[in-house]
Amino acid sequence: MMSKNDGEIRFGNPAELHGTKVQIPYLTTEKNSFKRMDDEDKQETQSPTMSPLASPPSSPPHYQRVPLSHGYSKLRSSAEQMHPAPYEARQPLVQPEGSSSGGPGTKPLRHQASLIRSFSVERELQDNSSYPDEPWRITEEQREYYVNQFRSLQPDPSSFISGSVAKNFFTKSKLSIPELSYIWELSDADCDGALTLPEFCAAFHLIVARKNGYPLPEGLPPTLQPEYLQAAFPKPKWDCQLFDSYSESLPANQQPRDLNRMEKTSVKDMADLPVPTQDVTSDDKQALKSTINEALSKDVSEDPATKSGLLPPPPALPPRPCPSQSEQVSEAELLPQLSRAPSQAVESSPAKKDVPYSQPPSKPIRRKFRPENQATENQEPSTAASGPASAATMKPHPTVQKQSSKQKKAIQTAIRKNKEANAVLARLNSELQQQLKEVHQERIALENQLEQLRPVTVL
Amino acid sequence: MAVCIAVIAKENYPLYIRSTPTENELKFHYMVHTSLDVVDEKISAMGKALVDQRELYLGLLYPTEDYKVYGYVTNSKVKFVMVVDSSNTALRDNEIRSMFRKLHNSYTDVMCNPFYNPGDRIQSRWALLPVSASSPVQVGPTSCVRSSPGGPYSCVRSSPAGPLITW
Repeated sequence: MMSKNDGEIRFGNPAELHGTKVQIPYLTTEKNSFKRMDDEDKQETQSPTMSPLASPPSSPPHYQRVPLSHGYSKLRSSAEQMHPAPYEARQPLVQPEGSSSGGPGTKPLRHQASLIRSFSVERELQDNSSYPDEPWRITEEQREYYVNQFRSLQPDPSSFISGSVAKNFFTKSKLSIPELSYIWELSDADCDGALTLPEFCAAFHLIVARKNGYPLPEGLPPTLQPEYLQAAFPKPKWDCQLFDSYSESLPANQQPRDLNRMEKTSVKDMADLPVPTQDVTSDDKQALKSTINEALSKDVSEDPATKSGLLPPPPALPPRPCPSQSEQVSEAELLPQLSRAPSQAVESSPAKKDVPYSQPPSKPIRRKFRPENQATENQEPSTAASGPASAATMKPHPTVQKQSSKQKKAIQTAIRKNKEANAVLARLNSELQQQLKEVHQERIALENQLEQLRPVTVL
Repeated sequence: MAVCIAVIAKENYPLYIRSTPTENELKFHYMVHTSLDVVDEKISAMGKALVDQRELYLGLLYPTEDYKVYGYVTNSKVKFVMVVDSSNTALRDNEIRSMFRKLHNSYTDVMCNPFYNPGDRIQSRWALLPVSASSPVQVGPTSCVRSSPGGPYSCVRSSPAGPLITW
């Protein structure tokens, strides 16, 4: 199983191993399948053709490089300037062991959970060192996210989360109970029924990896061991200044991008924003499916760029485990556009523990939406989305008639998105109803157990 | 060394059974099943004393021609039954006790998992791995990605290809 796992890891990290652009489209297609969560096997079978283990690919990579570079130049032009500097500076942070060059390499997969595509692609390009166990290495952004989630459950970072709290939290990741049980066994090294911060990060990372399609390892990988995590990240980087500078610069760079980029950034933006973005990832994941479809259909010429952008979409998975977000986001915001209204509606209905998460999800959604809909200001629920869109379109109309056609197209796309979002929300609604029934049944079962246990105490 | 290890719940249904695959597992299942009566008998005999004073290790439950069956019960009435080969005369009582201790520790670790509902089948791969390491009993690699654990009266698979037995 480990060999297969390694193969999949290698498959998943072609960019890391080779650090070439060639891997990216391959990787992006892989990520696409991840997002759809149904073509994983196909992707895996394709891996041998582009096995990263082999020497750097010769002709095929070159062939693929052309469209990639073309797409990349479009997307990265403005961001490249700032990438190298903070990127280089971050390396020592992430890889204290000294493998500075390797650090970025490991990030691409992790980036699925964190940074925008541009960053992840940049890293893939730059990092030529290979890490064979990369899916199990936590990046700085992921670490931040996990730590923030830990804080939301347990204010004291040096304390631990009880088993029941962690169970409720991880159950929202919608993984099966046996898988969650297995992940718990992997991560709870001291078997005390509670999770310390490193254990929690390991468990969260395993859940993220599992949601991304990686099979769970036989044993806890060395990079997820509590000692390793504590040594690698000695203190929670609540205020990682370097990262903050990154995140701030990212949104600024994204907004000027074109529509094609916006859609991607909307997905990726969750990675940009340290916590809030990731919170939305769960819904983003589903949103990705629809947005990606739209993006792909719309931007044929920019497919390579789109695919490269899709790399980060897997990062969206990490937010999925986030309990509050998964509930709220999955319900309310399959698409970033619908985030507000549904999230608010969902926020009121779920349990109180979801309330604290409601705010972070809404924030990232707004952010995502801004770059996504430059033409349409999506500050309202889906229904209102068309309103702002139309309003936005009305404003420039008197000014510049040339833009009217573009705006019409934007409005049409917004309408399409809203319709898709409605369909997705309806599906989510039905799924939630089923979950509600299941929870009722579980409650009944628990009450029965309680009844059975009562006589025992008498004995 | 042990050829079969079984964890029985309070209601006398199996939570975990593993035996060396070369043998006929059905036979071991039957032996464990029949040993439950002996366990209950021993518990009731000691039951008059306080629970704290009750010995957890029950000792030899009953011997057969080829095998000996040992028992152990926890404070929550979960029973561990171990079948050892009679030909292995070097196996002393202390070793059996230590094996049961390890089994108990592993079972406690399984209980610590918040995703484990008491009363479910133990499907963890490592749930009782430490015990299997000390005995030739092969812990079948039950996949934890299977569907949710069955109800209290579902069968227990002693190996991926083993027979299904409903108790």
